[in-house]
Amino acid sequence: MSTELPLIGDYSAPTNELSGARVGVVTFPGTLDDRDAARAVRASGAEAVSLWHADTDLQDVDAVVIPGGFSYGDYLRAGAISRFAPMMAKIADAANSDAKLPVLGICNGFQILTESHLLPGSMIKNDHLKFICRDQLLRVENNQTAWTNGFEAGQEITIVLKNQDGQYVADEKTLDELEAENRIAFSYVGWNPNGSRRSIAGVSNKAGNVVGLMPHPEHAIEVGFGPDARGTDGLTFFTSVLTHLVGGKK
Amino acid sequence: MSQEVTKEFNIDTVDNAAGTPDVELPWAELGLKDNEFAEIVKILGRRPTAAELAMYSVMWSEHCSYKSTKNHLRQFGQKVTDEMKKDLMVGMGENAGVTDLGDGWAVTFKIESHNSPSYVEPYQGAATGIGGIVRDIISMGARPIAVMDPLRFGAIDHEDSQRVVHGVVSGIGGYGNSLGLPNIGGETVFDPIYQGNPLVNALAVGALRHEDLRLANASGVGNKVVLFGARTGGDGIGGASVLASESFDDTKPSKRPAVQVGDPFAEKVLIECCLELFKASLVEGIQDLGAAGISCATSELASNGEGGMQVELTDVLLRDSTLTPGEILMSESQERMMAVVTPENVDAFEAVMAKWNVEYSWLGEVTDTDRLIITWKGEVIVDVDPKTVAHDGPVYDRPYARPEWQDALQADTFKSSEAGKNLPATGDELKAAVLELIASPNMCDKSWITNQYDRYVGGNTALAAPDDSGVVRIDESTGLGVAIATDANGRYTYLDPYAGAQLALAESYRNVATSGAIPAAVSDCLNYGSPENPDVMWQLAEGIRGLSDACMVLGVPVTGGNVSLYNQTGDKPIHPTPVVATLGKFDDVARRTPSGWREEADGQAIYLIGTTKDELDGSEFANLRGHLGGVPPVVDLEAEKELGAILINASRDGMIDAAHDLSEGGLAAALTEMVLRFGVGARVALDEIKERDGVDSFTALFSETQARAIVAVPRSEEVRFKDMTSARGVTVARLGIVDAQSGSLEVQGEFTASVDELREANEGTMKKYFG
Repeated sequence: MSTELPLIGDYSAPTNELSGARVGVVTFPGTLDDRDAARAVRASGAEAVSLWHADTDLQDVDAVVIPGGFSYGDYLRAGAISRFAPMMAKIADAANSDAKLPVLGICNGFQILTESHLLPGSMIKNDHLKFICRDQLLRVENNQTAWTNGFEAGQEITIVLKNQDGQYVADEKTLDELEAENRIAFSYVGWNPNGSRRSIAGVSNKAGNVVGLMPHPEHAIEVGFGPDARGTDGLTFFTSVLTHLVGGKK
Repeated sequence: MSQEVTKEFNIDTVDNAAGTPDVELPWAELGLKDNEFAEIVKILGRRPTAAELAMYSVMWSEHCSYKSTKNHLRQFGQKVTDEMKKDLMVGMGENAGVTDLGDGWAVTFKIESHNSPSYVEPYQGAATGIGGIVRDIISMGARPIAVMDPLRFGAIDHEDSQRVVHGVVSGIGGYGNSLGLPNIGGETVFDPIYQGNPLVNALAVGALRHEDLRLANASGVGNKVVLFGARTGGDGIGGASVLASESFDDTKPSKRPAVQVGDPFAEKVLIECCLELFKASLVEGIQDLGAAGISCATSELASNGEGGMQVELTDVLLRDSTLTPGEILMSESQERMMAVVTPENVDAFEAVMAKWNVEYSWLGEVTDTDRLIITWKGEVIVDVDPKTVAHDGPVYDRPYARPEWQDALQADTFKSSEAGKNLPATGDELKAAVLELIASPNMCDKSWITNQYDRYVGGNTALAAPDDSGVVRIDESTGLGVAIATDANGRYTYLDPYAGAQLALAESYRNVATSGAIPAAVSDCLNYGSPENPDVMWQLAEGIRGLSDACMVLGVPVTGGNVSLYNQTGDKPIHPTPVVATLGKFDDVARRTPSGWREEADGQAIYLIGTTKDELDGSEFANLRGHLGGVPPVVDLEAEKELGAILINASRDGMIDAAHDLSEGGLAAALTEMVLRFGVGARVALDEIKERDGVDSFTALFSETQARAIVAVPRSEEVRFKDMTSARGVTVARLGIVDAQSGSLEVQGEFTASVDELREANEGTMKKYFG
């Protein structure tokens, strides 16, 4: 009999030894996936801390997730207005400081990180000009970052892709550098769903504490509420950062 | 072009109106009939001012007043039992109905049309359709949690369908995706009858705690009235430009866009901002601004509350400073809300607006005068009893009669027609017919559309298209949630308006039960032609009678909805298309049943529940052959109830791993859809159905007999499943088994089609036409 699915996570239960970790989730006007990101943080065993774009207090968080959505309606250019939020200045300082605050930008969060110059490159409209929502196969190219250390290098994972402006572009020199420095974190497997250069789905900064990607790990953390394949590959992003925080694998 | 507007328009005050009884007013251009204008004059005891005329004309329009259907719609309120009302917290008449879900949770949902704007300007029309229905849900105090879109387009290969389909789909996606609401289903039908009048219906569902319920009424004398959200512009003004250009001011540009323009970002901010207002209990009453804008909001809030309201219209924040009072009252600018706030809460209200950067302006206050008084720089331009505007509009008993052509239509059955000759009989012919069916515009895979919508946002989507219903979780700690399905078959309803409406309900009820939820409430969007055509009026009267009768039998109340009339291309009305949305409850959405079997279901038994009759009139197969005549499949609501009970119980008790209802395209469509859901094959035989029901292979595959479903039953559960069905006296046939190794659908003794072949046929059509 197979009625075991899905698990409904009870996030109110006390968590494991990592429960002291605090992971911030930033909300801008127009952010959509903040509650989903917070759910993923809690499912990984950490405490989710809500951060408001207009505030300047990072509330002693140990890591930050900038979730997806259409902040400021993507007006002007996706992420172009949000990058000026007071909270973003704080996050950029902390990410570039010696403490190297781990930062994950998902979709619109990735766009905000490139607009903030925390990550190289930029996103333009999908080459087919349509919004696309699908279960997406990715290859983990670099498992040495704060957000990917729980994966095997070369591992193929399925999470959700959904975007309008997901085509990753950068000049050839930057792309060569990213490859040479092993900073391509994820690439699309099979069909390139938005025309991204070199099938890049996500990249990291040099230190590996800042990672951005277009697909959505927070939508693949719970069996039955994510991709058809029912995997929970997305959860590994959030457990990876906890491993990183307790000084496990970098 | 810059045109300097120097001339102030003449303000037609109440005093002025009283003193100039003979001024010619453009009431006919505004759509009022002479008797209606006379009634307004009688109510006021004088001619209306320009602003009053604007208000009455929009509020007394068919769209806002339901004047042609009110007498018929009453049946939805009359044909209900106490049992049906048990969980109903708010019924028809409010922005949306509210149903109790238990555990202190409630759900509100509603379906509406945005048909003609979506033809004129497909992107904005469809986008603002979503925007409007979502604001209805917010107005109830709920957080919107999902949307759905039932769509009807013209012929797939008509050149104008390119414009309409691309525009509508990207409009729904562009707006809905930006709101963070998963789009969990809907339907798409192509039929030339909708060529000049596509149907773009939009459904939204929201969840709320009981204590958060809000209603649209202005109570508490002295409470403040505030308008917030987007500024008021000249968009969405149809008739008001007549007022502006022809009577009162001829120096300004007269033609304004009749279709509203949406700003999804403003709406998303409005959602969050309203939820924050509700959480802190800062509003006493709230109303969204949709059709008829401020006219509707002020008159409805006032008449549902203490009865009086005083508003200064020059305090409305404008995008266009040249708007006349009448235009401001009629503007359908999007993303606006009106609320009633106590004086003590004004500061807290303003703090929430500041946090979300939302503009607002205080317009006036609630009074106990029983009058809605609107001033312009202090001069009274509207002085009316708000009830006469909002509720006492004209009501018509439109003449209706069964059309003369109805008998001939029903006599023209598929099998007696030329189209019904030489039906597929050999295995090869049947296979070709199945492939043709699943590649046809109505039956083909619609992921080209649904992949442009975000179905995952929120993290609570448990099922979405192409499953039978969309399922969303509401409470993470318990798994409590809802299922929703929308259905309508315009061809069935054309052949028999009474039965067709019932069949729409039966299918959506069945879809909800198929996914494992208990049907609890219904919302309907009645899309019909002109009520002034007695044939159409008969279709409408029969449809409402049929639907309300069927709701009684199935025990599900109608909680709200919308009537859309005058849907026609030239003089030709659309097929009557009552789109019915059924909402079902789940104690735990973990129990939901997907519409296909997975690899691990290998070897599970496939059962067909229900019997198969020779019912091909109005079917998809007949449609493929270009035939429409005869009578639709027989409605058997008792059988639907039994089938529903079986599907729900089997899901709860873990007896089935997959279920899919049989509807358009019959067994052939259902089997292939189940195989294609996860790409896992099956081996089935038709012998038992053919012998038991006395039908041939073709009929077994393509008949559209109702009250049927296919289920996949684990071997260990077969005995229990059969015991349950026989105890309920429901016929089942064991068709075969899930076969994960074969990579094909084998109909034994007839044909084998590989999963790849089926997929290519099913997925190619939308790409072929729309890229």
